[in-house]
Amino acid sequence: MAVKNILKVENLAFVRNDLVQFEPISFVLSLGESLHLEGANGSGKTTFFQLLIGMLQPSAGKLYFRDQLFKDCRFEYLSDILFIGHQAGVKSALSVEENLRWMSPDNTTPKQITLALKAVELAHYANIPCHNLSAGQHRRVALARLMTSNASLWYLDEPFAALDKQGVDFIESCMQNHLEKGGSIVFSSHQDLAKMAARRYKLTPFQEQS
Amino acid sequence: MSNFISGGFKAYLYRDLLLSVRDKTDLVKPLIFFLLIAALVPLAIAPEAQRLAKLAPGLIWMLAVLATMLSIERLFSDDLNDGSLEQMLLSPNLLIMPVLGKVTAHWLVIGLPLTLLSPVIGIWFSLPSVAVIPMMLSLVLGTAVLSLIGAVGAALTLPRQGGVLLALLVMPLYMPVLIFGSATIQSAVDGLNWIGPLAMLAAFLAIAIALCPLAITAGLRLAKNG
Repeated sequence: MAVKNILKVENLAFVRNDLVQFEPISFVLSLGESLHLEGANGSGKTTFFQLLIGMLQPSAGKLYFRDQLFKDCRFEYLSDILFIGHQAGVKSALSVEENLRWMSPDNTTPKQITLALKAVELAHYANIPCHNLSAGQHRRVALARLMTSNASLWYLDEPFAALDKQGVDFIESCMQNHLEKGGSIVFSSHQDLAKMAARRYKLTPFQEQS
Repeated sequence: MSNFISGGFKAYLYRDLLLSVRDKTDLVKPLIFFLLIAALVPLAIAPEAQRLAKLAPGLIWMLAVLATMLSIERLFSDDLNDGSLEQMLLSPNLLIMPVLGKVTAHWLVIGLPLTLLSPVIGIWFSLPSVAVIPMMLSLVLGTAVLSLIGAVGAALTLPRQGGVLLALLVMPLYMPVLIFGSATIQSAVDGLNWIGPLAMLAAFLAIAIALCPLAITAGLRLAKNG
C-alpha cells in the first residue's frame, strides 16, 4: 500500500518556561498538499517550525513522516525536507552565487545555479557580495534554493516577508509547481495567497480547561 | 552511504576558508597580535640574547595559545546568528564532518600561519637554530589541538560569544599542550631528546581528533535546543 500522507502531527505541544505555547496541534498533510499556518505574532509559528525540523523537542505529541515516527527515520526525513526560516543562512561576505552553491545539494550543476539566479532576478548580481544587497534581495537568495532543492517536503517560515509583488508572485508559482509535482508544503504567512489554494490551520493560544 | 560519512567536510572547509579570505580582519588580527607582543618582549624585558633565548620556548607557546583563543570564539557564533548553523544541523549526514571541516579551516587560517611565522619570532628571541625545526613541528601539532579544544569551548558557550567563560573553560585543557609544546622547544635548546614531548603532542592530537568533534556536535545541538 502506497503511503499517501507525508506528514502527520498528533497533539503536538510545547512548553517553555512553564507556559504552554499553543493549543496542541494535529493535522495530516498528504502528498501534493499545502498547509497555510496562520496566527498572530508570537502565537508560536516559528516555534512550531523548530519542532518540525527537530531543533526543539516537543513536550508532548507525536510526529510521523510517511507513517513512521520521526526518530525512526531521521536520515530519510532530513534528506527529504527543505527549511527556509527567518534567518536562512545567507552569508553576507559571500557572493550571491557562492551562497546558493553551498546551500544547494552537492550534485547541483552550475547551469542549475545560473537558472535559479535568473529566476529570482539576481543573475546580474551573481558575483556581488550579499552584504551589498537589499533585504528583499537577501530573501531572494535564500528562496533561490527552492529551485535547486530536490526535497519533497518544504517548510517555509514567512517566505513572503520583505519580498516585492513580483517576488511574491514568483514564489507562489514556484510553490504551485512543487505541489503539482507531488511535493508538499507547510508555510506560514500573514497574507492571503492570490493563486494558490491552501488548507489553513490557525495556531491559537492555549486555553486552560477547567 | 559514503556521502553519509564524508559529506560536508570539503564544502564547509572551502566555505570557511573563503569567508576568512573575504573578511580579512579575522585572518590578520590574531597574527598581528602574535607579532606585536613578540616585538614588545625584547623591548620590555631586555634585548640580551641570552635572557631572551631562555624565555623564548615558553613565550612562543603562550602567544600561540592566546592567539588561538582570541580567534576561536567566533567560530560558531556568526553561523548561529545568520542561520547557517541551523542548516548545518539539518543536514542528514553525520555532523562530525562539517564540524571537522570548520575546525580544519580555522587551523589553516590561524595555526598554520603562526607556525610559518614562528621562525621569525625565533630570530627575534635569539632562539638557537637547532630548536627551530622542533619548534615548528610542535606548533603544527599543538595548534591543531588548540583549535579542536577551543571549538568545544566555542560550541558550549553558544549562543553567547565565548569571552571570559570560554577562557575559563578552555584554559585548563590548554595547559598540557602548553607544557609539552614548550618542553619540546626547551629540550631542543638544551640539546636533549625532543621527540618525547613531541610524541605526546601527537598523541594529544590523535585523542582530540577522535573525541572533540563528538563534544562539539553535542554542544551545538544543545545550543539550538536550549
